[in-house]
Amino acid sequence: MNDNNFQRICCAAACLAPLLLAGMVLLLGTGSWDAWRTFGWEFLVRGTWDPAREQFGAGNAMLGTLLTTGIAMLLAVPPAFLTAFYLNNAAEWVRRPLSLGLDLLAAIPSVIYGMWGLFVLAPVVQKYVQPFLLSLPGLSRLPIWGTDRNGFGIFTAGLVLALMILPYISAVMRDVFRMTPPLLVEAARGIGCTRWETARDMVLRYGFRGMLGGVLLGLGRALGETMAVLFVVGNVMRTPGGLFDGGTTIAATLANHFAEADGMLRSVLFALGLVLLALTFAVQIPAYFYRSR
Amino acid sequence: MKRRTLLFRNLTDRTMGAVAIACLLGVLAAMLWILESVGTHGAAVISWEFLTQPSRPHGVPGGGIANALLGTFLMTLCAAAMAVPAAMAGGIWLSEFAAESKTGGVLRAAANVMMGIPSIVTGLFVYAAWVVPTGHFSGFAGSLALAIIMFPVVMRTTEDMLRMVPNTQREAALALGMTRARATLTVVCRCARGGLATGVLMALARVSGETAPLLFTALWSNAWCGGFFHSPTANIPVLMTEYTTNSPYEALHAAGWGAALVMMACLLVLNITTRIYANR
Repeated sequence: MNDNNFQRICCAAACLAPLLLAGMVLLLGTGSWDAWRTFGWEFLVRGTWDPAREQFGAGNAMLGTLLTTGIAMLLAVPPAFLTAFYLNNAAEWVRRPLSLGLDLLAAIPSVIYGMWGLFVLAPVVQKYVQPFLLSLPGLSRLPIWGTDRNGFGIFTAGLVLALMILPYISAVMRDVFRMTPPLLVEAARGIGCTRWETARDMVLRYGFRGMLGGVLLGLGRALGETMAVLFVVGNVMRTPGGLFDGGTTIAATLANHFAEADGMLRSVLFALGLVLLALTFAVQIPAYFYRSR
Repeated sequence: MKRRTLLFRNLTDRTMGAVAIACLLGVLAAMLWILESVGTHGAAVISWEFLTQPSRPHGVPGGGIANALLGTFLMTLCAAAMAVPAAMAGGIWLSEFAAESKTGGVLRAAANVMMGIPSIVTGLFVYAAWVVPTGHFSGFAGSLALAIIMFPVVMRTTEDMLRMVPNTQREAALALGMTRARATLTVVCRCARGGLATGVLMALARVSGETAPLLFTALWSNAWCGGFFHSPTANIPVLMTEYTTNSPYEALHAAGWGAALVMMACLLVLNITTRIYANR
């Protein structure tokens, strides 16, 4: 095989990536054409979901996706930073098994998280976590809890998602801690900073881009995660009135309805897929260019 | 700069350390909780019959998960056969021929963005691109979806691994009169073969547990995998989903846990051995 051909073949293979991306946008776009033409841009915010009258809107699913992702990020990012901080300072014999444990958590498939959430976590949330949160003075008065108390819903989905994305974020943050030049860290310790101050004022600032990259990685995963959410979110096509209420997300709606959909509903589901793709692009593309600049 | 007393600073440091340990223990406890749930529920149904018999509809005794195991194995293997050569070629191009070029940068960005695409969107794409034109769900369509998920992952790891090969190796190979193609394949890739193997195995482990992209492509069935190319094909993740969300029967829930245990055991073994091999 001569060199030119080899290079051409390799180049063609690498070009598959943008081609597949373009193909996805194209096919989801043509598949969802009817939905966009019928409902227009309002589709994105409308909360209607009425298969009988063929009236659809992505509002509920969008809201569910944003809420579950938001909860997951709030619950996962601080612990991810703290675990990375601790593991970075820990002795070798502590660090290695614990890091391995975190990595293995990332290796568990999402469908197992989903099953566990459905059969094990949701009952616990219903029995202990919800009453506990509602019994806290002040917190319970906030109008954010909704009316459902069955253990399923936005909150539980966010909880499972948080557990799923934490190892990913933590792994990136551990790398950032490790890649910080020892000189900087030693300088900080040398002028009398405590470990925590070194982490907060030195590593966090030096490696801010890397940390943000990790956070965005987690964000991207949480936005598009299907199975873990599908099992516990309740799958109700309505606007959730609060965090304990059942709801749906874009991915869960797709998984739930696609198999038996046709006509307008199918087109609407393609439109939801396109929205999800656009959301991921909105996270991934800036993240990539911000990191590589 | 605000002045703080030494006591306050030390206390903050200690508190943060303690909170960090608490977080870590909490996360690991959650992991053990998951493992424990899957282990105890799953172990109750594992038997020789469960592992060797195909799945049967509810009420028919003697069902197992053997067809789903075979289906998942075939689909993953087929996905790897499609994705790995192409992805490696792409990775070679990025690392050996386009390391600094602008086109290379664009392709690298595309691969990175592709890695972040939700797997369910990949499933939709394959549905529209393969299932609709061919007119039937099939195990092969599932493989295509898995291959699309694997492709950018393997491509980027290949690139990273090849970049770690020192340039002296390339120079030495070229100085011997090899063509670049031969130097790349027989010297550079050979130097990086450990890393490449690890990358492929990790990607395999990741896609073999993927469920969402199979929901609209492979579907699932109670048959063996004879119709891999033209009819719905059994696989473990969708079997678990069907048995647990779409059925009210305790027996099927139990079988779902059994399937979860088998899958998790396989994945953990694969992951741990790969890591040990990679750290060596």
